Amino acid sequence: MLNRVMEWFRTLFGTPSSSSVAKERLRLVLLSDHLALAPDVIEAMRRELFDVISRYVEVDEAHSDVSFEHKEKGIAMLASIPILSIKPREPESLPKEETSVLEAVTVNGHTSDNYGRRPRKRRRRKASGASQTAPAQ
Amino acid sequence: METQRVVSVPSEAAPQLEIHAPSAPVESQKKPKARGRTIVVTSGKGGVGKTTTTANLGIALASRGAKVVLVDADVGLRNLDLVLGLESRVRYHVLDVLEGKVSLADALVRDKRVQTLYLLAAAQDREKDDIATDAMIGLIEQLRGEFDYVLIDSPAGIEMGFKNAIAAADEAIVVCTPEVAAVRDVDRVVGLLGNRITVQLVVNRIRPALVRKGKMLSVDDVNAILRLPLLGVLGDAPDVIIATNRGEPVALDDASETGAAYRAIAARIAGEDVAAPQAAEPEGLLDKLGSFFGGRR
Repeated sequence: MLNRVMEWFRTLFGTPSSSSVAKERLRLVLLSDHLALAPDVIEAMRRELFDVISRYVEVDEAHSDVSFEHKEKGIAMLASIPILSIKPREPESLPKEETSVLEAVTVNGHTSDNYGRRPRKRRRRKASGASQTAPAQ
Repeated sequence: METQRVVSVPSEAAPQLEIHAPSAPVESQKKPKARGRTIVVTSGKGGVGKTTTTANLGIALASRGAKVVLVDADVGLRNLDLVLGLESRVRYHVLDVLEGKVSLADALVRDKRVQTLYLLAAAQDREKDDIATDAMIGLIEQLRGEFDYVLIDSPAGIEMGFKNAIAAADEAIVVCTPEVAAVRDVDRVVGLLGNRITVQLVVNRIRPALVRKGKMLSVDDVNAILRLPLLGVLGDAPDVIIATNRGEPVALDDASETGAAYRAIAARIAGEDVAAPQAAEPEGLLDKLGSFFGGRR
């Protein structure tokens, strides 16, 4: 505890102590080590990333690249994913008669399968808010 | 970091085939003897105090009355005998036993200072690849039938010698010093130990005065990264150097502070609820002022 207070003063008045430099260097190098040692995790991450993006756009997976870049203060994941086309909005899976509210939801950027666990109140507010913009389309 | 673990072990329990509990007298006669614990002392990085720790924990555990054998798995760079002061009494080594030249009993060196402590030395004129992992597992299994504790002194590195050293171990003590390279290597080694082996941490060569001044990683700093159960903390004490010079490990010295720390670790290994590992010596006012007004680097 006291050490932490001292550390705080040190960083306030200039250069950090060598032990905090060591801590930060270790944090970064282990992050990078663990990424390098977990190709299966990276692959799973890449897979899911594509799945999500592919819901909205057609991507060119063959020319995609996911990599990691070491920055001074951390490691960044860089994904370069060429987009071929934008997918048409998914037609609602529910019958047309009930669409007035649901269409409005789609306009708002949420498809109808937007998680049944969303609190009811919020959904209603969103739906009513969007229904005002719906006629403009 | 489950994914980086190399040694994988089926987590499911064995299928239940037996319907009746084994109660027949024939089966109870066959019941195996109590098996000793096999603990590998490892670290990845060299020079952090694996051998010193193995020697002292062996002495401390044996002093408690347990029957202990220390196995030097550092083939080609035999040192445990030297740290223990038993170098003049080693006549045979692990490979002599594995190749059937001598019996296991003949190769074991008994420590005269602590009568329940034995050493199985490494071969000096051979290489680590000369030992087959299966042979090593067989040897350790044999030893654990005879001893309460089998402590295996692992070589540095993560190659064949390391793999042989951990192959038969159920528990591991990883030794780490408060240095970036040591912490990184321990992190790697813990990943390689896998889920099968229970891992505990010993932080060695802590210098509380430097920690206070922000010039050395603290035990908390080290373990904030490694997140391992902390078995013990050892100071960077000159008596360890002197003890190694003489071949009389500090755990033999009742007056030594580091010896007491090793005895506390041994008690904890034996399952005693000894006070939590000490973090640092009490802080003096001068230290506080000194570290506050500069002198950091």
